[in-house]
Amino acid sequence: MSEAVAQQPTRTPAELVALVEALIFVADEPVTSKVLAEVLDEDKGAIAAAVEQLQSEYEARDSGLQIREIAGGWQIATRTEFHEEVRKFLKTRPSAKLSLASLETLAVIAYKQPVTVPEILEIRGVQSATSIKTLLDKRLIVAKGRKEAVGRPIQYGTSKEFLIQFGLKDLNDLPSFEDFEDLVQ
Amino acid sequence: MSETPEQFTFDFHKEKAEILRASDDLQIKIGDFAGPLDLLLFVIRQEQANIFDIPIARITEKYLEYIQVMKKLDIAVAADFLVMAAQLIEIKSKMLLPRDPLAADDEEAEDPRQELVDRLLEYEKFKTAAGMLYERSTIEQAVFHRGPIETDGESAEVDATVFDLLTVFQQMIARRADEIKMEIEREEISLADMIKNLKRRIFEEKELSLMRFFEEMRSKQELVTAFIAVLEIVRTEAVRLTQKQTFGDVILRSVTTDAH
Repeated sequence: MSEAVAQQPTRTPAELVALVEALIFVADEPVTSKVLAEVLDEDKGAIAAAVEQLQSEYEARDSGLQIREIAGGWQIATRTEFHEEVRKFLKTRPSAKLSLASLETLAVIAYKQPVTVPEILEIRGVQSATSIKTLLDKRLIVAKGRKEAVGRPIQYGTSKEFLIQFGLKDLNDLPSFEDFEDLVQ
Repeated sequence: MSETPEQFTFDFHKEKAEILRASDDLQIKIGDFAGPLDLLLFVIRQEQANIFDIPIARITEKYLEYIQVMKKLDIAVAADFLVMAAQLIEIKSKMLLPRDPLAADDEEAEDPRQELVDRLLEYEKFKTAAGMLYERSTIEQAVFHRGPIETDGESAEVDATVFDLLTVFQQMIARRADEIKMEIEREEISLADMIKNLKRRIFEEKELSLMRFFEEMRSKQELVTAFIAVLEIVRTEAVRLTQKQTFGDVILRSVTTDAH
């Protein structure tokens, strides 16, 4: 038994912060604390503290970047106030906005998921086939099995992409549906 | 009064539809009403009516006027708008009927408008939610982050389409084309056997790489059979196709466990 025993990494807190930063940077999508903890062989508490430290460091020096919690993970992104310059550099235009009908359909799916096409029709009072296709194409919604009802209609729900595109930590991050009631009346 | 056509636009920041008088611009955007409920809400607001006590005759009349305008402007009026018109007229006629004098007094007769009001209120909440999503997406568009790069292996699972399947299949065929030098007659495997085999594999391995499965096939014919088997099993069974990156490998996964 000459093999070295897997040793607990001895890192200073500052090193851990730097490592977490490196990993969040290379990840192409939000990386969860769980994954960071596994990869770095640290407990989740240490990771959470490191992320928090990283966030305050970015803020303290008015960085052009920010650490955001999106879709249950961490992401490095540019700060909103630099969007004009970033866009100019990237030579991109804001992507096409969803139509009113698609946004409504998406809202129904987000709050009623899993939901079928007839149920969406009932709420919106209008056929939503085109909107559903658009949302599927944009991968904002996904089929989530079939409902055990006549015709076994497909049920739809929102995707991880939805969380990412709308800057949500998770579905609970959506404003509560009951809150809209106060706005209406 | 000049006959200037009215232009309808929707602006979430004002949170209601708005009619603009178009001077020379004949672009009519009445189609921007997301549906009959949207139009009806707009009419109610326009008439400054109380949603809990809708003056159904006046609102019905106005609603029908808008539909007429849409027709006159040669905008295809979706059937759903007409369904709503019919419902409004039905409610209107019910309101005109005298109350049943024999009906028990303590049991208040159901207002024929109740169901419509409930639907409108429910709908309006979703409309507000849509506005919220709109604002969120606008904010998100001002934030940039690193996009996926070709070598990213750990990117999000996205649902693979039939086209992704075809691409994997074509890649396989292309690879096979070089490899198969000589055809040796083998015992052919039937589609039924292939499906049975595939089902067993998915059941045993939980996750099955499509690329690997196709690679095991010994002839073009088997490959085709395997491909049909995959299509068949996706169609009939609780199997999900996932793909980690565009043009990447497609994974077959049994979802029977969370089907209930």
